Order: sequence, then C-alpha cells, then structure tokens
Amino acid sequence: MTALWVAVIIAAVGSYALKLAGVSLPESVLNHPTVQRIAHYLPIAMLAALVITELFDGGQRYAVDWRVLAGLAAGVLMLILKRGLLVVFLVAIGVTALLRLVG
Amino acid sequence: MTQPHAGPPAGSGPELPAAVRRDILRSAAGLGLYAGAFGASYGAVAVASGLSVPQAMVLSLVLFSGASQFAFAGVLAAGANPFAAIPAALLLGVRNAFYGVPVTELLGPRWPARLWTAHFVIDETTAMAVGRPTRPEQRYAFWATGLVLFTLWQAGSLTGALLGSSVDPAAFGLDAAAPAVFLALLWPALRRGRRDRLVRVRLVAFAGAALALLLIPVAPAGMPVVAAAGIAVVAGLAPPGREPRGADAEEPA
Repeated sequence: MTALWVAVIIAAVGSYALKLAGVSLPESVLNHPTVQRIAHYLPIAMLAALVITELFDGGQRYAVDWRVLAGLAAGVLMLILKRGLLVVFLVAIGVTALLRLVG
Repeated sequence: MTQPHAGPPAGSGPELPAAVRRDILRSAAGLGLYAGAFGASYGAVAVASGLSVPQAMVLSLVLFSGASQFAFAGVLAAGANPFAAIPAALLLGVRNAFYGVPVTELLGPRWPARLWTAHFVIDETTAMAVGRPTRPEQRYAFWATGLVLFTLWQAGSLTGALLGSSVDPAAFGLDAAAPAVFLALLWPALRRGRRDRLVRVRLVAFAGAALALLLIPVAPAGMPVVAAAGIAVVAGLAPPGREPRGADAEEPA
C-alpha cells in the first residue's frame, strides 16, 4: 500500500472519528466557551490560509499564476454582488480558463 | 436530552404534512445541486493533484466533508509528502464535531444510531436541521439533506474524477476552483455577524493568511495551513472582551 493510500485512509477515518466524537462526547466538553471559540475560529484562519497557499505556494517557494488570480478576483466580484456559491465558482474557473485560452 | 431516537435513519413521522416535506425536499435538492457541481470540481481537482480515482472516491465516501477534501487535494498538489495533507484536512473537520452538539440535541440518536448519524453531520445538514421548528421536521430535514447531498456528492465526485483524468484540468481553469471554494466558504463569516465579533473574525482571517504567506518559503508543504490553526487557538484563548453585553460594544483589536 502506497503512502498516499495510507494518508487517504487516515484522513477519511479521522474525519469520521471527529464526527462520531461530536455526537458521543458529553455536551459539557464541547460546550466549553473557550473550546467553542477556538472551534469557531479554526475554519476561518485555515480557509484564509488555504486561499493564500492555493494562490502563492509553489512548493516551498512563491509562485503565482496571474490567470488564477484574475479568476479569483472575478469570483470576489461575484461575492460582492451577492451571487450564489455556484456562480462564484463558475465565474472563477471560467475567467481563468478564458485567459489561459487567449494568453 | 430529549426523546431518544434509535429508529431507522430515513424514518420520518407520518405526522409530517406533505407541504412541509415538499418544502424541505426542495431546499435539499437545491443544496444537492451545489453539491453535485462542487463534487465534480473536487473530483477533477483531486485527480489533478495526484490522487487516483479510487482514492478520490474513498475521500468522498468516507471523509465526506467538502472543505477538508479540497484541503487534502490542495496540500497534496503543493508538496511531496502525502502525510502533510492529513492535519490540514482533519483540523478543518473539527467543526463537524461541534455540529454534533445541536444535532444530538435535536435528533437524540442513541447507539447504534449514532454510528450512522455521525457520518452525515456536516455544515448543510446541521444548518437545515437547526432551521426547522419541530422535532419531526428537524429529523426529516437532517436526513433528507444528508442523503440527497451524499448521493449527489458521490455522483459529482466520480464524474469529475473520471473527466479530470481524461482532460487537462488547467485548460478548464480548475486550478482556480479550490481557492474560489475556500474564499466562498470564508466570505459569509467575514461579512455577517455582530460588529464586535466581526472585528476579531476578520483579524483571525488576516492573521491566518499572513502567517501562511510568510511560512510558504520556509515551512514544508501543508504546514502553513496547519500553522494558521495556531492563530485560531490563540484567538480562542484570548479573553472574549465584553461579548455577552450590547451588540455594539467596541472590540479592542
């Protein structure tokens, strides 16, 4: 079994274990205010970091594709215009694909 | 704890009016449509990141949490060691554990029903269940959303993974898919909520992004994202200020 398979299985089973813990642990553990605040901030900090690494991470060096940046900028415009997730997503990949086609 | 429930998962009270059911199913179908489209993009991105079609599908079937799956693929695409993708995916999945609290309160699953209820505790099912006024509606909303979403997420993932292995995902701009998804998921948190909390939420997002940016050249792939989790811990441990009182309280930034 390759390392990648092992990693896939650990991540998959781990994710299920987290969900199971959520419906099994005594409520007092998860309802602690500090624990809840951390849990609330966790996806916010990580999603922000993921946007950055998706855009600039070239494997321990900075790398940017301006077409992806432009696609994301178009996506941000859709977010500001309060469009749904699907529109944001389609516009972002559409603009990137179009720029790649012409440039 | 209220009315424990150990019955079959899809079982819904016969007392539920047809109109309510239709309403719930319509919302679930709308979410399912998104799930299908996102699933397709996930499948294509996953395959482009180096996962095989079966590996991409194991993540969809068992991990079953969109943001975590995108994160796994994203970290994998950026770096060498596949194990670096695990902490990013799991830390993002921590929120699902916290959804367990309202879901348990509303659905009251007992053993062994907890085993299969747990699998469906994600953003959408929790939001749909919490948004309903009565227990039968909440239970129906949870399961209808969960099963529709699960089915369409799998169908989408498989389609995307198969298509992604036969075409060049970059030509379709799919490398913009993951950042767009992450930003779209983050966006509502940055825009909505009480003013004093919003300041801190934006600060956390900014600090997470800045730390990740600084760490890119020095930390191994995957670590910039995990390090950002540290920002959340620090922000969570910091005193919450005057949170419980007035919504307009100024947050010392």
